[in-house]
Amino acid sequence: MNRKVGPRWALVVFLVLAIYPLFPAFDGWFFSATARSLGAQMPTLFIFAILAMGLNLVVGNVGLLHLGIAAFFGIGAYTMGILTVPAYPFEIGFWLALPCGIAAAAAVGLFIGVPTLRLRGDYLALVTLGFGEVVRFTLKNLDAITAGTRSLVPVPPPATPILTVDWLQDFRPFYYLTLGFLVIVYWMLGSLERSKLGRAWVAVREDELAASCMGLNVSRLKLSAFICSAGIAGLAGGLYASTITSTAQPDAYDFNRSIFLLCCLILGGLGSRNGVLLGVFLLYGFDQILSPIVDEKLQLAYGAPIRREFLGIPISAQMQTFAGWRLFLFGVVLIVMMRYRPSGLIPNDRIKEELPPDPDARPATK
Amino acid sequence: MLPILFAEAFNWTNLQQQCITGLTSGALIALIALGYTMVYGIVELINFAHGDLFMLGSCLALTIFTAFGLAQPGAIDSASNVTILLAIACCLVAVPIFCAGLNRSVDYVVYRPLRTAPRLAPLVSAIGVSFIFMNIGLFWVGPQDVNFPDVIQDRNLLGDDANLRFTLKNLLVVGVTVPLMIALTVFVKFTSLGKAMRATAQNPTAARLMGINTEFVIGTTFLVGGALAGFGSVVYALYVNTISYQMGFQNGLYAFTAAVLGGIGNIPGAVLGGLVIGLVQALGTAYIGATWTSAIVFAVLIVILVFRPSGLLGARVREKV
Repeated sequence: MNRKVGPRWALVVFLVLAIYPLFPAFDGWFFSATARSLGAQMPTLFIFAILAMGLNLVVGNVGLLHLGIAAFFGIGAYTMGILTVPAYPFEIGFWLALPCGIAAAAAVGLFIGVPTLRLRGDYLALVTLGFGEVVRFTLKNLDAITAGTRSLVPVPPPATPILTVDWLQDFRPFYYLTLGFLVIVYWMLGSLERSKLGRAWVAVREDELAASCMGLNVSRLKLSAFICSAGIAGLAGGLYASTITSTAQPDAYDFNRSIFLLCCLILGGLGSRNGVLLGVFLLYGFDQILSPIVDEKLQLAYGAPIRREFLGIPISAQMQTFAGWRLFLFGVVLIVMMRYRPSGLIPNDRIKEELPPDPDARPATK
Repeated sequence: MLPILFAEAFNWTNLQQQCITGLTSGALIALIALGYTMVYGIVELINFAHGDLFMLGSCLALTIFTAFGLAQPGAIDSASNVTILLAIACCLVAVPIFCAGLNRSVDYVVYRPLRTAPRLAPLVSAIGVSFIFMNIGLFWVGPQDVNFPDVIQDRNLLGDDANLRFTLKNLLVVGVTVPLMIALTVFVKFTSLGKAMRATAQNPTAARLMGINTEFVIGTTFLVGGALAGFGSVVYALYVNTISYQMGFQNGLYAFTAAVLGGIGNIPGAVLGGLVIGLVQALGTAYIGATWTSAIVFAVLIVILVFRPSGLLGARVREKV
């Protein structure tokens, strides 16, 4: 395979992100302009990027539609919560709880994956969706263990034996911690893609029947991808709980979160890690960072609802905020991308090289 | 805990009452499930937006009731029976037309260009449509649960001192859903368009070769499915009296579970599945707890898909390659 010439964009992005906190002046300016610290919001973005990478492993590389990734994210977060909050006797600390969260999510992935992965694509999508909801309702209803909708607090920050780190006031420790994990996951998935296993996954995606005729164990390959992705989601969940110092409510791990991540993947490019990064940056940036700022500015400039009605149709307050349109935007992104650019903004190099350029030459799936 | 549970379960009247409730809501679920199963049978698309179409139907019904002046508190007591009946009739005409037209247009604009695309492309688009519908619903009725005017008296039809309750509302649900199901069966079994529909579902290419305008047939399927969702939404709003922009997701998922349970693509199966899901829901709420109901229904979905993917009435279909 010929390597692409030119700048390795991911490397450039990671370098810029790594030196960003060294310029507190910019963050200070951002803070004075918007009353929010950009740096403090970045760790969550990095965590979602990790989660999206994990989802990409299943959806992009193996081609299984997975609609319940948020459940594994939640399992990771709650494992971290249960093992570290003072309300429980464990209190084993971040560094031990993180692998436990990964293991728990992967184990649940194994448990749900073994019976369901032989299902056809759209049925599998439904099972993962249903499973996600079951997990959410279970987290909500097992009040004695998960504290229901009150969420487990406070999840302590990671212990650092030598350094003294101010985790709560300063945004930089979590920034570097999550960025570090993101780089590790990015790099690991990159090598995984080029490994024997990664190539086998792609073979399953392109043609399951042909792959099995070549002697690949399709169901085992699917299961391995499913478990890996569950584990990565568990890692992201553990980091998330630690970063926001609570397990958040069970509703934070609902279907909408899974779909949000799927939107990121489809916008950026299924199966391409750079595309996934771009997708998360664009959508999360728009949804969580840009639109609150714009809404605040609108509010300051015009006061609450600007107009009560238009052409006799009453206009609700949500309609006049940026955030009110977020579902609409996600929907349009999904539809337009599927129609005009199903391979995403940054398509996977390998798909580009392998697939015939005109869609008519590809056999229809029916 | 367990003895109490048994005692409750063998409380015969209570069990019968739960069955009435369950079958009523099951009939509603079945009505939505029919839309899923017909569309799936013909284009193999899980129409995620179907539940949200149902939600928009309820929103329109609320708007119609508001237009009749029935939405203000206290307005129902002063309104005459004629106004109420007129409003309900107006809903039962306008909402199905609206839902059918919307479903058909979405098919034309969004799904039709993707007919030959890989199967996940229309599925993802349907999720997108569902989000857009949800956003429209959010603008329409706002972010909170909205009360729908409770215009139907909750009078027990079995006499005031009977042990069981079968109210006018239950009768309304049964009275709308059962004739619709019969009409649908007649339509699919005995009209030429219905025959064309079955042919297209079996093999679209062969159907086209036999001179069937498959695009027209698919369009009709979306029309019929949308209309059923429209009827369902009016009856649901009158029966439950609460609507919200998020109700489409959960009801849609229940209905899809019902369709899968009965064997997707199978029309009697969807009805049977709906009734079973309704019973599971009612009995689960009564004996295990309302907070667990959804978890139980989705667990049922997973179990069915794993052990009998073809459903209760569906034939086992081998994967075409």
